[in-house]
Parts: sequence; C-alpha cells; structure tokens
Amino acid sequence: MNTATHTLDPHAGHAHHPTGLMRWLTTTNHKDIGTMYLTFSLLMFFLGGAMILAVRAELFQPGLQLMKPEFFNQLIGVHALVMIFAALMPAATGFANWMIPLMIGAPDMALPRLNNWGFWLLPPAALLLTMPFILALFGIGDGAVATGWTLYAPLSVQGGIGVDFAIFSIHILGISSIMGSINIIATLLNMRAPGMTLMKMPLFCWGWLVTAVLLIITLPVLAGGVTMLLTDRHFGTHFFDAAGGGDPILFQHLFWFFGHPEVYILLLPVWGLMPHVLSTFTRKPIYGHTAQVYGFIAIGVLGLIVWAHHFMTAGLPVPALLYFMYSTMAISLPLAVLFFCWIATMWRGAMSFETPMLFAIGFIVLFGIAGLTGLVLADVAADAQYHHSYFVVAHFHYALFAGGIMGVMTGVYYWLPKWTGHMYSERLGKLHFWLTVVSFNFTFMPQFFLGLAGMPRRIPDYALQFTEFNAISTVGAFVLGLSQLLFAWNIWRCVKGGDKATDQVWEGTSGLEWELSSPPPYHSWDTQPVIKSSN
Amino acid sequence: MNEAALPPPRKHGRLVVRLLLLAAGFFAFGFALVPLYDTFCEAVGFNGKTLRDATQTKDLPPSAVDYSRTLGVQFTSTLMPGLPWEIRPLEPAIELHPGELRTTRFLVRNLSDQTIVGQAVPSVSPTVAARSFQKLDCFCFTQQTLAPGESREMALTFVVDSGISKDISELTLAYAFFPAPPKP
Ligand code: HEM
Ligand SMILES: [Cu+2]
Repeated sequence: MNTATHTLDPHAGHAHHPTGLMRWLTTTNHKDIGTMYLTFSLLMFFLGGAMILAVRAELFQPGLQLMKPEFFNQLIGVHALVMIFAALMPAATGFANWMIPLMIGAPDMALPRLNNWGFWLLPPAALLLTMPFILALFGIGDGAVATGWTLYAPLSVQGGIGVDFAIFSIHILGISSIMGSINIIATLLNMRAPGMTLMKMPLFCWGWLVTAVLLIITLPVLAGGVTMLLTDRHFGTHFFDAAGGGDPILFQHLFWFFGHPEVYILLLPVWGLMPHVLSTFTRKPIYGHTAQVYGFIAIGVLGLIVWAHHFMTAGLPVPALLYFMYSTMAISLPLAVLFFCWIATMWRGAMSFETPMLFAIGFIVLFGIAGLTGLVLADVAADAQYHHSYFVVAHFHYALFAGGIMGVMTGVYYWLPKWTGHMYSERLGKLHFWLTVVSFNFTFMPQFFLGLAGMPRRIPDYALQFTEFNAISTVGAFVLGLSQLLFAWNIWRCVKGGDKATDQVWEGTSGLEWELSSPPPYHSWDTQPVIKSSN
Repeated sequence: MNEAALPPPRKHGRLVVRLLLLAAGFFAFGFALVPLYDTFCEAVGFNGKTLRDATQTKDLPPSAVDYSRTLGVQFTSTLMPGLPWEIRPLEPAIELHPGELRTTRFLVRNLSDQTIVGQAVPSVSPTVAARSFQKLDCFCFTQQTLAPGESREMALTFVVDSGISKDISELTLAYAFFPAPPKP
C-alpha cells in the first residue's frame, strides 16, 4: 500500500457546527461521540470501582463491620452491571466510533443520527440503575437490585423496586447497544474504502463485526428474559414460578444464552486491537491475519452454544453436562490460535516497551491465566467444587479486568496521541502499568486459593481461616483502585497539552488511520482513499 | 493509494431493516424458548420433569410387570415459603417391581385459619428416571384447596415403566408444595 499524506486543516470549511453543550448534545460526529463514550466509560469505571472498594473494605476482616448484608448484596450486583454495561461495553463502542471510520477510510459512521441517540441513552440507563440507592436514602424502596448481576429467579421475582429499575435499565442499555451494533455493521459493510475487501479489513474492525453480530443475536434474548421477569413480578404470569407451571432454571438458560456470548462481546474488540499494537512495537507485520479472522468467527459461533457451563450444578442430566463440557473446552482451540498469532507476531521482532506494549504483554500473560482456569471450571467434575466459589470470581477478573480493562487501557495509550495530537507522559504510563499489574495480582491471585479452600462468593462475612488472603486481596484492591487515578491524570494532561505527536505517532505503525493528521480533521476522510490490490 | 472523490452516500436502509428483523427474531426466539424448553424437558425427561399425565400417552396399558427386579422408591415433600401447611408421605419408602401399578398417599393439613389453594410440583431424581415414572392419577394434576384446619389424604397412582434403565435401583419422587399463584 503506498500512501499520500494528508495534512488537512482540522476545521477547514466546517466552522458551522454548534459549540459548548449543544455541540455534545446534538453531535453526530463520530469522533465527538467516541469521546463521549470513552469519557462516560471512564466515569463509570470509577463509580463501579468505588462500589467494590466498599465491598473489599467489608471483606478485609471476618464479621460485619461496615454495612448490612442487604447493602453488600446491592453493591456487588450493581458493581458488576456498571462495569460490564456502563464501563467496558461503552469503552469498546467509543473505540469503534473513533477508529473504524479512520481505519476503513470512511468520512463518518453510516448512521450518524442513530449514533447520537445510542450514546444519549446511556446516562439515563446508568441513572436508573443507581437511582434506587438514592431513593432508599429518602425512605423510598429498599435499595438497588440485590440479586447479583445474574438476576436469578425466584430471588429476582421476590426482590424490591431495585429489580424493576435494573430491568428497565437493561432494556435501555440493550436498545443502545443494538443501535450501536447496527451502525457499526452498516459502516463496516457499506463504507470501506474501494479496494479494501472484507478479508483486508483491519483486525480491530473484524473483532467488532463479530461482536456486533453477537450483540444483535443475544441482547434481545436477555431483553425477553428480563421482560418475563417483569411480568412475573407484576402481571401475574409465571414463566419462572414452578407452582404456576414455570421453571426458575429457564431464567438461567435465557440469561446465559446472552451471558456467555457477552464475555466474548466484551473481549473481541480487544482481541482485534492487540495484533495492531503488537505489530507496531515489534516492527513486524501482523502474523496470521486470516487465521485470526477465522478465529474470531469460530469463537463467536461456538460462544453461542456453550451457555449452560454456568449452571452445571443446577441438576442438568449427564448427557447435557458432557455436551456443555466438551463444547466449552473446544473454544480454547480457536483461542489458542489467537494466542499463537500474538506470540508469533512478537517472535524475533525489534521490540520496544512503550506503555501500550507493556499493557499488551501484561494482557497476554494474565488473560492466559483466565483461559487456563476457565478450562478447569469447564470440567464438570471439578466445577462441582469450584462453582459459586471465589475461584470463579478470580477467573472472571483475570478475563475481564486483565483481559477487558487492561486491553482497553492498551488501546487508550496506543491511540491517545492520535486522538489528542499530544504524547501522554510515558513515565506516568509505565508507573501506572506496573502498579496495575502488581496490585491486580495481589488482589485476585489470593482469590483462587480462597475459592479452592471453599470460600463461597457473594457473602459479606466468612470463616476465620480465610482472613489472611482476604486481607491481602483488600490491600491489593485499594492500591489497584488508587493507581487508576494516575491513568485519569495522565489522560487529562495529554488532552490539555504535551509533546506534539506525529501523524504516524509510533515508529512501526501501518494502516490508514496513521495517515491522517494527529488529531485527525473534524471530518475524517473528505476524499476517500483507495487501497491498491497489489498490496 | 489514490484518492477518489467521495462516492454518493450508500443507502443503508435495507441492511438496517434486516438487522432489526434479526434482533426482533431473537426477541421472539427468547419467548419461543418457554414452550420449547418445556416440551424438550418433558420429551427427554431432562430436569426431573415427569410427564404431566401418563394416561394421555399412547404406550398404555403399561408393559408387563418385571418380577425379576425390585426398585426402591422414596417419597419426600417440602413446603415453599408462604404456605402454612403440613405435608408428609404416609409411606416414605416402598419397594416395587417395574411395571407394577401402585397407589400411595400423602397427608396434607392446612394449619392456618384461612382457605388456601396450593399446587404440588413433582420432580424425580435421578433425572433420567423421570420419563419412566408414569403418574396415572395425582393430586399434582390440579390445584388443591384446603379449608381452615382441614386435613386430607391425597393419592398418587403410578407405574414405574419396566423399560427403566438397569442402572437404576432407587428413585426419589419429591413434591414441592407452592401457594397457588393468583389466577391471572
Ligand atoms: C477458554 C476460555 C474459557 C473457559 C473454558 C471458561 C469457562 C468458564 C466456566 C465453566 C465458568 C462457570 C464457572 C462456574 O460458575 O462454576 C466461567 C465463568 C465465568 N467466565 Fe469464563 N471461561 C473462559 C473464558 C472467559 C472469558 C474470555 C471471559 C470474559 C471475557 C470469561 C468470563 C467469565 C465470567 C464473567 C464468569 C462468571 C459469571 C458469573 O457467574 O457471574 N471467561 N467461565
Ligand atoms: Cu461462559
């Protein structure tokens, strides 16, 4: 691909867009919307983090010190919902908005108006989710949803108004995500630069394409499930009520038909971004582009048919258990292909270790632990012991914090200079990285041992023999939480100023997005680039 | 790379409509799972669900009694919250031959001073035996109404199919008695 450089004036000919608050409320610009998604995500990350630090403080010692068990239950459930739906998913959508048009040579997203609505549904949804906390202070209701994020019936049929708020919040979040997904699919399928065949599409875009399809398939099923919950609660239906001929296990099927693909929804954008970062900092082309595309698709398809591994102890018959065990384990094959490609991309490269690269390597190692412990959990016989223990908590935090959040941080450091036109502080970034990996492992590694020793999850109090590991975990969690202030500070400084970033930003980058100026012009590609087939 | 002037904006309408239909289809699929799930569980006996009423299935009268085998059958019962009743099986454990027609009774008493409607939900374990457990008449087929303080013996007539797997020598039938949901 040979290139012509663009040095377009950021605001040339487009001085007529509104400014101030109106700019953000009405914007249909993919970069503005991307920025809003990312900012919202960061705020929610801190909100969800604050909630769980309160939980960890309670768990520092056995006994009940700080809060009532009911409040503890509310915190863990809302923490998870906030982190998954309001922090991690919007971060990935923010990336998509910012980067997809730049990467495929499109002037904007396909459906800009829809894009604006998709974002502005998020703040009300987050408000709905957390409002019962505030209402309870005024004596209205008994607080937020206290069922854990999985909302299992019959507990959720019996719960207070917090459950209704959570149901409506999930509806709105779901609509927002489906709108975002439709937009992304339309952009990727219809707006690629001439010459960019589907197979040549950058891996980040591929990861998002699979994610978007998964979202459109699974979110409606969750929406249906929580709607049934709502009618069970208020309109006399009994979908999940055994006495009325329903079945509470049905809720688990509906939830996890969404819930398992959801974990891939959260990670596919990150898996898509990883090879770009690895290739940049090893100054080598991505190894196995095509293999990774097929890997994404295989994981997406397999991910849809393994959901019952989340309730293997609920009384499933043996043939079903065996099926879900083997199909779950089969997912590790395409996942291993991705790991192999990541490592092969780095193999014998001229590596340098800027902050994004550190995060990428941290991601590979720690996410590897998530995958390996997942295999252990998938074993029916072993899962009978580990299910609903702290082992599961540790497993999915290696997947979602070290995989998801650290993956997002990789992307933020990698693209921040492109977005702002300034370099962030490399010194602060490295400090942030080391504090994060070390304290992350202090927080979650002990939880594997707690789980193996039999500590159940979702309890505010525990037996004395678990004290030391819980104390270590709590100290780790507070360091981890506080370290993230460095992240926010570094981003803030970078937005305000700093060394100028070049258009290419990093020495080893390749791809259309690095040909635009840093920051890119308000309208990304006024003239569409053409990809020559010669490569 | 060359540059081309921007092509006229592509129409996205068709694609958007298709994707919306896909989403709507999966919303409907979620609801379709409700009957599908029940049918599936009953058909293969998953989840410990017994057939609702075995007299309605075609393979009756039951197969011949297999006197060479003896099975242990246990009965248990629990009350769900909100039902101020008492329930116990009059025969907690019995022995029978596969194919043999048996009747057993449960004693149920309303401890409150109100008329209350309850619904029993059966479950068989091991779950693979559920399909072989054929109820011909059962108090769980309908809701039961008890006057204040009333007690009643409730009958269950059943056959364990002689085709039941040779691996099974003991099975348990558990009833959970729920307060009947208000009629919608
Ligand atoms: C080879 C890869 C993986 C395998 C085999 C695997 C397997 C499992 C199994 C069997 C469970 C259920 C454990 C139990 O509840 O008893 C589980 C829980 C979980 N996994 Fe994984 N997993 C894998 C990767 C991932 C990834 C990539 C993510 C996230 C991005 C993830 C997130 C979760 C979450 C959130 C839960 C717990 C949900 C809850 O109960 O609240 N896992 N995993
Ligand atoms: Cu799963």
